[in-house]
Amino acid sequence: MIRLVGILVGLGFTFVVLLAFGSGALTVMGQGYFVEETAEHAFHEEAHMPAEGYSFDGLMPSWDLAQLQRGYQVYKEVCSACHGLNQIAFRNLDELGYTEAEVKAEAANWVVPGINQDTGEATTRPGLPTDYFPDPYANDIMAAAANNNAIPPDLSLMTKARHNGTAYVYSLLTGYQEPSAELAERFPDSVPGPGLYHNPYFANLNLAMAPPLTTDGQVTYADGTEATVDQMATDVAAFLTWTAEPSLVDRVRLGWIVMGFLIFATILAWLAKKQVWAKAKRKD
Amino acid sequence: MSFPWAKQYEPTNPLMKYLDEKLPLPRLVYNAVGAGYPVPRNLSYMWNFGVLAGFCLVLQIVTGVVLAMHYAANDAVAFDSVEHIMRDVNWGWLMRYAHANGASFFFIVIYLHIFRGFYYSSYKAPREMIWLIGVVIFLLTMATAFMGYVLPWGQMSFWGAKVITGLFGAIPLVGESIQVWLLGGYAPDNAALNRFFSLHFLLPFVIAGVVILHIWALHIPGSSNPTGVEVKSESDTLPFHPYYTAKDGLGLAVFLIFYAAFVFFMPNALGHPDNYIPANPLSTPALIVPEWYFYPFYAILRAFTFDFILPAQLWGVLAMFASILVWFFLPWLDKSPVRSGRYRPLFRKFFWVLMVDMAVLFYCGGAHAEEPYIMISQIATAYYFLHFLVILPIISSIEKPEPLPFSITEAVLGSDEKAAQGDSAGTAA
Repeated sequence: MIRLVGILVGLGFTFVVLLAFGSGALTVMGQGYFVEETAEHAFHEEAHMPAEGYSFDGLMPSWDLAQLQRGYQVYKEVCSACHGLNQIAFRNLDELGYTEAEVKAEAANWVVPGINQDTGEATTRPGLPTDYFPDPYANDIMAAAANNNAIPPDLSLMTKARHNGTAYVYSLLTGYQEPSAELAERFPDSVPGPGLYHNPYFANLNLAMAPPLTTDGQVTYADGTEATVDQMATDVAAFLTWTAEPSLVDRVRLGWIVMGFLIFATILAWLAKKQVWAKAKRKD
Repeated sequence: MSFPWAKQYEPTNPLMKYLDEKLPLPRLVYNAVGAGYPVPRNLSYMWNFGVLAGFCLVLQIVTGVVLAMHYAANDAVAFDSVEHIMRDVNWGWLMRYAHANGASFFFIVIYLHIFRGFYYSSYKAPREMIWLIGVVIFLLTMATAFMGYVLPWGQMSFWGAKVITGLFGAIPLVGESIQVWLLGGYAPDNAALNRFFSLHFLLPFVIAGVVILHIWALHIPGSSNPTGVEVKSESDTLPFHPYYTAKDGLGLAVFLIFYAAFVFFMPNALGHPDNYIPANPLSTPALIVPEWYFYPFYAILRAFTFDFILPAQLWGVLAMFASILVWFFLPWLDKSPVRSGRYRPLFRKFFWVLMVDMAVLFYCGGAHAEEPYIMISQIATAYYFLHFLVILPIISSIEKPEPLPFSITEAVLGSDEKAAQGDSAGTAA
């Protein structure tokens, strides 16, 4: 009885799902293709890492502190005009190799919201190491109003919030280009309108952010490195990898110690198992 | 219960003797997972996953309780409190990655445990109750995992919660009221986040309780084994300790290597990048997907795209729930007297078709809801229901099983003295 009911229920679900399949198949046959090709399908490109790679990439990672400091400089002088970094406090900068005094001095370069200690009124004051990076806009409405209705996202977690994030940031920053003639011909709607910029690494190809890194030497690096667009993009992508995951290097290094221990434990467990079971095999 | 030849707990230490009289906890452990539990001697490594699932549950409770000390279940600060754990709490990143990947590995282990049950028909009498309780544990674990994924309050948390609770909205007449009642509002917000946290903390302890029932029910008939032939004599069994503690110890060590590889070297590989974007009710992600371990069921949900009497969405919801509920009926759908897939040639082939089918559903569940993935998932969904509800009952009555060994001992050692003596009146085959 239960099997009879089961067979009927099973055939019922099968029938309904096959009806759905049939109607889908008819649609597909009618239109002659599975999915209408969109500009995103045809012109989106996979993000890639800079040619020279990164010291933190791979199984033996380390931070290149000079690179992180350069990346911070790019963030500070270019990105921070529109993008926040709200998960990071100035005190965290000591991980980039700055001394305590340098962190203090750097924090003081920033203006953060404060309270007037006499009147209680809202005011601003120089940052302290314990302060977090201030948001460039007081609220989302102000952010949208200043940026053609597109709110610039916070960058703290950007490299983890995108697939293959470090490569994404690097590729996006170096990927601005004029839309190809082929794109204009096949998908005239995907040619960027006013206030939009073509970038094949952006999900829908049209980005509201104007190219932020445009000319070599836009930033004058404190360590004398030549600030090409490629160099600046490489460095800021490294910096944002650190902001998203400051524990990355420590984590992988600890991982190897844990792995060593576990492999040793596995060998012991294997020998123990062999010894215990030898008795069972001999007895009979 | 136990076999008559099970070793008895005989404490010699005066303290243990005293304890045995007043509160025989050591005796309970001895009989449950010690030398007092005789286990078939031929268990393969596929029998490791029950112990591993228990380990995962403990791991999730320990890391979860620590995370709960630092997490704040409030929609204004939940996302930042998770980042606070990642950045400011000592070893917080390790706790969080251990917990997030622990959930994934919990499901890997559970799936292997369930598939072991499929292949060796572990659900058959006299072990139906163990199986039924096991399916309950699976459902509870799914609910717990789903609510846990909502807690970081990222984009995928929010939209996943919205889609899944929206399923209840598909129920005719009362659906919308139920959805509002479940969420405490019209969309996931602070009320929903708070109750999900509360239940996410509670349910693991409920699961632990049901696991005790699962193990209790297991100890009545004793463990099944790869031949599916029941234990006949003492030579068929070995004491759980030291034999299977040693074997499970090795399995646990190997499991931890895989687990640690994810925690330390690719902690976000099994997650979705969108969950590092704070929840935003005004911005819908391009692709809303649950965690990977729900993909097969999500594919079944999305496969129903045609209104046949009932709306397509309701069919999808019914089918998704039915796809798991059907497991409850397995002991009665599969009537073959032979348990193990080893001796069931036809059953064995369809078992592997089912595994491929579930892999296809898994792939489609994670893909964009567009052709050809929908059509593929529709065929795979049809097979899924045919397999359990039509094919299994039919093959169990038409199949001619291969000859079974007389006993576990014979299967392991090639001969069984009792079989040679002609004491084979009760041969199972």
